[in-house]
This record gives sequence, structure tokens and C-alpha cells, in this order.
Amino acid sequence: MLRKGIALAALGLAIIATPAMAATTHAEPKDMHWSFEGPFGKFDQGQLQRGYKVYREVCSACHSMNLMSFRNLGQKGGPFYDEKYKNPNDNPYVKAIAKDYQVNDIDSETGDVVQRPGTSADKFPNPFPNEPAARASNGGALPPDLSDMAKARELGPRYIYSILTGYEDAGPNMTVPPGKHYNPYMPGDMGAFWKGSAATIPEGGFIAMPPPLVADKVTFDDGTKATLDQEAKDVVAFLVWASEPKMEERKSFGLAAMIYLLIFTGLLYVSYKRIWRNVSH
Amino acid sequence: MSGHSNYEPKTGFERWLDVRLPIVRLAYDSVVDFPTPKNLNYWWTFGGILAFCLGIQIVTGVILAMHYVPHVDYAFASVERIMRDVNYGWLVRYMHANGASMFFVAVYVHIFRGLYYGSYKAPREVLWILGCVIYLLMMATAFMGYVLPWGQMSFHGAVVITNLFGALPVVGPSITTWLWGGFAVDDPTLNRFFSLHYLLPFMIAGVVILHIWALHVPGNNNPTGVNVKSKADTVPFHPYYTVKDGFAIAVFMLMFASFVFFNPNALGDAVNYVPANPLVTPAHIVPEWYFLPFYAILRAVPNKLAGVLGMFGAIAMLFVLPWLDTSKVRSMRYRPTAKLYFFIFVATCLVLGFCGGRLPDDHVIPKLTTFTLLDADLNSMVWLSRIAATYYFAYFLLILPILGLTETPLPQPESISEPVLSHSANAPAGAAASPEKRG
Repeated sequence: MLRKGIALAALGLAIIATPAMAATTHAEPKDMHWSFEGPFGKFDQGQLQRGYKVYREVCSACHSMNLMSFRNLGQKGGPFYDEKYKNPNDNPYVKAIAKDYQVNDIDSETGDVVQRPGTSADKFPNPFPNEPAARASNGGALPPDLSDMAKARELGPRYIYSILTGYEDAGPNMTVPPGKHYNPYMPGDMGAFWKGSAATIPEGGFIAMPPPLVADKVTFDDGTKATLDQEAKDVVAFLVWASEPKMEERKSFGLAAMIYLLIFTGLLYVSYKRIWRNVSH
Repeated sequence: MSGHSNYEPKTGFERWLDVRLPIVRLAYDSVVDFPTPKNLNYWWTFGGILAFCLGIQIVTGVILAMHYVPHVDYAFASVERIMRDVNYGWLVRYMHANGASMFFVAVYVHIFRGLYYGSYKAPREVLWILGCVIYLLMMATAFMGYVLPWGQMSFHGAVVITNLFGALPVVGPSITTWLWGGFAVDDPTLNRFFSLHYLLPFMIAGVVILHIWALHVPGNNNPTGVNVKSKADTVPFHPYYTVKDGFAIAVFMLMFASFVFFNPNALGDAVNYVPANPLVTPAHIVPEWYFLPFYAILRAVPNKLAGVLGMFGAIAMLFVLPWLDTSKVRSMRYRPTAKLYFFIFVATCLVLGFCGGRLPDDHVIPKLTTFTLLDADLNSMVWLSRIAATYYFAYFLLILPILGLTETPLPQPESISEPVLSHSANAPAGAAASPEKRG
């Protein structure tokens, strides 16, 4: 009887493994891998620096990162962390990056709105003063904030990489509305825009963002060749770091915690066996 | 908390305190000297695991509340500040978020253990009902806690669940407005949910004390379901069960820690990292995994009010279960037919959970479209939910009442010690005596 129950439970699990069908479709994100994956994975600092450069020179023209401050770039595990500067506010790279931006402030003497060079404590400036301005500049679409992007989508890193590198021309059967771009990795329903047979409706949907990256869009300071693939991989690593800046601290703390718990569990098991040795049960 | 006390104050201070407030005596009688059946298996360790979970949630929750801002404009950012700028904030917040899931894992094991071993039967009905009250309070607490980060799923989940009360006739719309504190889910809703989310865990702690009190009057049930007959059947709670529960809690912590440190977002929905926006509805609104079976029952019924009643009825079944099961035999070890139906019931709950996570029109078997009856597509999640929900209710309302009267149970052991001291092969003839003599 127990076996029948287990068999039924196994059937239940087998059903769970099957994919869902819905009108909204998207292509399975590309199978990509990064150094930060797995329980021991760490960020590659060079890659984070390249990724930050891609963000600053390309993405930040439209996308905000409201949860990030310049000081974050120099904190432990960050792209510009340097052991000499435990306090990220003192980090010369961070100071130099912040100084390149002009931020609004209030003159404490006159109360007038003034502009001053940024400091490590300032937040990443928003490319648009408000949401209507952002929409007006982007054909009505709102470029989403990127601070949490890598964990705000299923399979975050693979999804972002696939979007950035996945733009394609779907051929003459597709009517692409003005200001839109077809991307098979963007969830959508192409049924109404497809002139071909219903059986061949392509997966994916339209995205308002034109293909943001092409080869040599940025020049990497470390001499890495700026292919589309390289730029996308690097900016994804930067976005994952920005979503989870404490990931490395979490994993190393976790390793110590697991070792401690394993020893603790072992000791408790031995105590349990010892205390119960004379009880028949 | 009941019966004879073996506590002997050893020091002068203890004697002085004992005649004024016998609190050391209470602790000694409840967690040191308490006679506990010696045959409890690992399924019984989940009571201790649940106490541990409640403690973790309260401690981490109190710390989170120091940094959290219950305001629609700041809630999301304040949670992110905890994750990014508060020292070890990521640890506290991930422990709290995953702790909720761990709490439900443990409570479901605990409930199914009670169902299998008949722990709801006389004289433990009140103990069981108090447990059901704790479960209800847990669900309310978890739901309101999930709203607090004010992500997309927080907001839209709150809209869906609070709207359910609108299905009630006459009073529905007023109740919904009253819950919201306005005419939509907004700042007042978030504030009262935060207030109640802080209050309810202490109410849970209060009912837990009653639950343990009600446990200590009749004492523990045990895997045989046979009452404790003599001192030979029991061991003192300490050190025997403190060490066994302690070991189980440590194993549970390993599993808990593997989520917190290496996969902290696996049990959550990615969409909840998008700040709440009332104008954009997520493509697929789903509750957290522990509510999915009830969500499936809700959606299985075409009528909204009937669906809401079905969902709450599914929980109500647990409350009246002690009077639905007519069998005098507690443990399903000795009820082979009931055991089969029980395992189907467990599978049914898993199937309901699976259906709750999918869209109602999704196919169960992909690409099979011929499985239709009139205009109903039987190969759909909604129909699978209907079949499973029917079995869920039939288990409580038909199977358990009828089976108790018709089945022939296996012979039960004379006492707890008997199957241990002499294995069934050389059991005395008395062991096969009719089961109805015991209760």
C-alpha cells in the first residue's frame, strides 16, 4: 500500500516536470555561465569593471539604478574595491567616477538650486527627471530601473544576456510596429502580428529598446576585445553584482555556517546514540 | 502541568521561590521529568522544529521591523536598504523570508503526521483544534508578511486575496473596504498589515502555550496509537527527547541554511523584486507555494462565493476531523485500507499545489487536445483541480466516516513496550485481541 502511495506521488512529480502552454511565449534563455554561479562562485573584478563601463557608457543613457550609490562601487566585492581603502568613500577611483557627474544640490547660503560635482556618497544620477520625461524620450515606454534587474526576472542573468544578444529579424511575415523591435526572448504574443500560418507563430514579443550593444560599442581599458558577446556577458555580471552586492559575503559566511552546523549535527547524533543506548525502542 | 510532580527544590533559593511562584517546578515537570513514550519516531521531532521556527521568525522579524518603513513610497526601498546597507541585513532578511517557507514545510509534516497516527482522536481533540488555530494564524501572518516588501506580487496578491471577502453576500463589500482602510489596497492597508503582522506571531506563541498544555494533559500520542500503560513505556523528556529533537533541529537547520546562503530566492517569485505598480498587473498572479493547494480549490469552482467557501471549507475540515473519523483505532499502522486512502490524500494535496501554480487552462499533458467532453477540456489544470478537490473533501466527509465502520483493522500491540521487547513473530496471543477494547 505504501508502494502505491509512493507511485502516485511520483506520478504527481512527473506531471510537475512538464512545461506549460500559454498564449504568451518566449524562447528559452540561452544557456550561459558566469564565474559567480554555484555555492563557491565569486565575481571576476575585471569583468565587473568592464560591465560597469558598459552600463555607464550605454545603459545609463536611459536606465536608472536608484538603489546604487557611487560608494557601492568601492565596497568589498565591488568593481573598484581596493584593500588600501577599506572605507569606499576614500577610494580614488570611486571619487574620480563620482566627480565626473554634476548633481543637483541646494546652496546652503542662498537656498538656490546649484550643481556641484558628485561625491562617493551620491546616488547614481537618474537619466530623466521623472517618469513622463523618461516615457517621452522613449516612444512611450519606460526603461526599467536596473538595480534589481538580475533577480527581478526568472533566470535573471541568462534572461538579460539573451535579450541583449537575441534581437533578430523575423522575416517578411511579421509586421513590426514603429518604435518596436522583435526579440524572441521577450515574453509576448505575436499572433496578431504574424501573416504566416498559425502553426509557425514565432516565440517572443516586441521590446521598445533598440539593440543596445554592438561590437566595439565601448573600449575596454584592460584591452579585452569588445565583441557583442563580451559586452553582454560583462554587463550581466555587473548587474548581478548590483542586485546582490553581498553575494560573496553571503556565500563565504554560508560555508562557515554549514561546516559549523555539520559538526554540531554530528555531535548531537553521537550524544543521541549514547543517551539512548540502553533504551529498547 | 498535570499529575504528580517529582520536583525537589535543591537550593535554599529554589525552596524560597517554589512556595511563592513554582515556575521552576513547572519547567521541571514539563520539559525535564515529563514522561514521554519511548517509541516516538523522527516524525515527532517536528513539534520541536516548529518551536525553533517560531523563535527564528520572531527574533529576525523584530530586527527587520527596526529598519523597515511601512509606507507605499518607502517600503520597497527600505527592504533593499536592509539587504544592501544594514550590517548582516541580508542574513536577517533571507532568514526571515526563507524561514516562513521552512515553518510551513515543518507544519505540513506535523499535520500529516497527526493525520496518519490519529493524533486528533480522543482525548486529544482540543490539542488538535488548537493546532488548527495556530495553522490559521500562521497563514494570516504569512500572507500579511508577504505584502510588506511591496513588490508587484505583494500588491497584486493582496488585491486578489482581500477581494475574496467581497464575494460574501450583503457584508462583502463593506468588509473589503474595512480591510483596506479605504477604497483600494493602499497605504492604510500596508500599515495595518504591518501592525497585524507584528501582533499575530505573539498570538501564535500564546496558542502554542495552550497547545503544549493540552499536549501535557493526555501526554504524547505515539506511532502505535496505543495508550501508555506503565512506566516501562516511557522515558523522561530530558535528556532523551531534548537530544533527539535537538539532533532533528540541527538537521533541519542544515537544510534551512542551504537555502538562506546558497539559494535564497529559490522559493520566492522573481516578480516581487519589481516595485509594486497598481497600473501594471503581472501576467500570472500566484501566491507563495504553501498556499497553492487552497488557491487551486478556490479556482476549481466557477462561482466566486462557492470558491471562497470551498477554500475556507478545506481548512474547516481539519477542525471537525475528530468527529468525522469514526475508527476507534488511532494509528494507520493497523488500518491498511485507511493507510492507502491516506497516501492518496497526500498525493492529492501535492497535485492541488501543482495545479495552483499553473494557469487554469494550462494542459496537464502538453499538446493533447482531444480529451474533451462537451465543451469542457478535461486535460486542463482546472479539471485536475476539480478531481483533486473532490477527493480532498471526500477523504474527510465520506472515506474516514465510512471506513471506520466497515474496515477490519490489524491486531494492535498490547502496549508500547510489547512490540519492542518481543517482536511480532513471537508475540503473545493476547496481542491479537479485538481493537475496540482500546481507544
